[in-house]
Amino acid sequence: MCSRFLLPAWAWVFFALLACVPWYASATDDNFLTAFLARVLIYAIAATALNIALGWGGLVSLGHALFIGLGMYSVALPALAGISNGWVHLTVCVLSCMLVGGFTGLMSLRTSGIAFIMITLAFAQMGYFVLVSLKQFGGDDGLAVVAASDFGAFNLSSAASVYACALVLLLLLTVWMMKLRESPFGMSLRAGRQNSRRVNAIGLALKHYQLTAYVLSAVLCGVAGMLLANLNAYASPSSMSWVVSGDLIVMVVLGGMGTVAGPILGSFLFMGVEEVLKHVTDNWMAVFGLLIVAMAMLGKAGVVGWWQQRAKADHKKVSTTGDVA
Amino acid sequence: MSTSLLLAQLLNGLQYGVLLFLLAAGLTLVFGIMSFVNLAHGSLYMLGAYAFAVVGTQTDSFLLGVLAALVTGLLVGYVLEKTVVARLYQRDHLDHVLATFGLVMFFNEMVRMLWGPQALFVSLPDALSGTVELFGFTYPSYRFLIIAVGLLVAVGSQWLIHRTRVGMLIRAGSVNPTMVGALGVNIRFLNAMLFTLGAALAALAGAMAGPILSVQSGMGESVLITTLVVIVIGGIGSVQGAFYAALIVGVADTLGRSYLPLLLRQIADREVANAAGPALASMLVYVLMAVVLVVRPQGLFPAHKDK
Repeated sequence: MCSRFLLPAWAWVFFALLACVPWYASATDDNFLTAFLARVLIYAIAATALNIALGWGGLVSLGHALFIGLGMYSVALPALAGISNGWVHLTVCVLSCMLVGGFTGLMSLRTSGIAFIMITLAFAQMGYFVLVSLKQFGGDDGLAVVAASDFGAFNLSSAASVYACALVLLLLLTVWMMKLRESPFGMSLRAGRQNSRRVNAIGLALKHYQLTAYVLSAVLCGVAGMLLANLNAYASPSSMSWVVSGDLIVMVVLGGMGTVAGPILGSFLFMGVEEVLKHVTDNWMAVFGLLIVAMAMLGKAGVVGWWQQRAKADHKKVSTTGDVA
Repeated sequence: MSTSLLLAQLLNGLQYGVLLFLLAAGLTLVFGIMSFVNLAHGSLYMLGAYAFAVVGTQTDSFLLGVLAALVTGLLVGYVLEKTVVARLYQRDHLDHVLATFGLVMFFNEMVRMLWGPQALFVSLPDALSGTVELFGFTYPSYRFLIIAVGLLVAVGSQWLIHRTRVGMLIRAGSVNPTMVGALGVNIRFLNAMLFTLGAALAALAGAMAGPILSVQSGMGESVLITTLVVIVIGGIGSVQGAFYAALIVGVADTLGRSYLPLLLRQIADREVANAAGPALASMLVYVLMAVVLVVRPQGLFPAHKDK
């Protein structure tokens, strides 16, 4: 069934429900809901992108906020120069993310382990400081997006349009990830995470796969940044801060690394809990921080992993009772 | 570009470098020996600065403030090691990143809860707020004190690592911790001690930086990331490497910030130079790190050469 309809049934239900949200919101005059869920969807795209490098490739990148920031500024800077053509924004975004991702990926992949984490973090921080020091582009205060991306047939000037665009993109991405995960590329990458020596011994140049995965996830993160800039009508260096990179990792791990559904569920859960905590207490970050620590201590199977373990246990129970009978 | 300005900037760089060393010394050992990624090291720096600011202002004593920072670092470091860190040594780096990332959020919010979002300012005692005359040029005496403390710690750590039994175990542990454990050394105790010592040094750095920076929530992050650059340049696990790299980064960053815009003005348009100068200066240490990685991925002064 999965292969015939591309996605499992519950995923179609999930996306269909999300597709109803704008109508529901306009019927109830709820402006917050669409904007909030659009933000969640954008982070779901970014988390899915990070999952390619982190979950499949085992590349613990603590610098993916760099690419979200690049995506945001590739809307804000052309808009400042009077170019509102969305295709130009997209081209700038994809090219800059490919270039920066390719360069930082090449550098970072020379190392592994702790050094890799630190170097990706340092590169993101470098981007952050460059943007802060460029006073003519707003510096610390950021830059307002004066014209939303205009793709001809549609533009991204309202929250609802960003929402629709993000939803369609996330759906396409999910279908693609299902295929990519099982493709030779995805299999080699995931094999490398388990045992890089064996993959190299088979004759696959793992570094090339890892670099491709890194650049791919960079570009997709950039696209998420583009949507975010249109949603907020604002680009700021703080979107490149390392806290954003950390949040993305938490989303991926919370949902379930290496799975397709995990990063999406993770971002919904992450931002949902954040929103609830914000309503309960002003010092929500203290509680949230401790929750993250607890999550790390418990291990990193994530929601999807926990679900699969339970399903497997149930299955075993059924089969053993079957044997007895 | 007078020589006295250059000298002042060199000393500023040196002072920044020794502060970085105080942070890097503990962290590089935690990385090298326990193979533990500690993003919360910057929080210990922040807690040290707060302890110094609060106790120092209330008792009106500089020394008591520094002492409070050291005690805070030791206590928080020990408790952290026992409750969180020690349980994660066996896990992979991603769990370390997650747990310490959560801790950073928690500590930042905690100090905001206790002491508010405003920055605390600390005034120096009269004996330290003056300036020192040196070869006809004046320099704040407090900054000299920072340099002296940093060099003292550097000499102390060099002695500890190369002249004592504990140091021998540390060096052995950085090469093969399992073997050290197999030889009957209580490696868990050694780890706890190292982590706590590193925490105390970070808190000391926070206390020393307190009077020259504003003490506020989140102050640990930017300095943590520069410390990571220092560790990568110096070579993970090498205290000596951390010392040289800290000085290189400190001096390069300070000189870059003051001279790069001036230099650019000579070769480029004034407007271009004003725009690109600060951006280039803030990139300088990261570019330095990238170059080191290309030439020597193991760092300039690796802890052990045969790897």
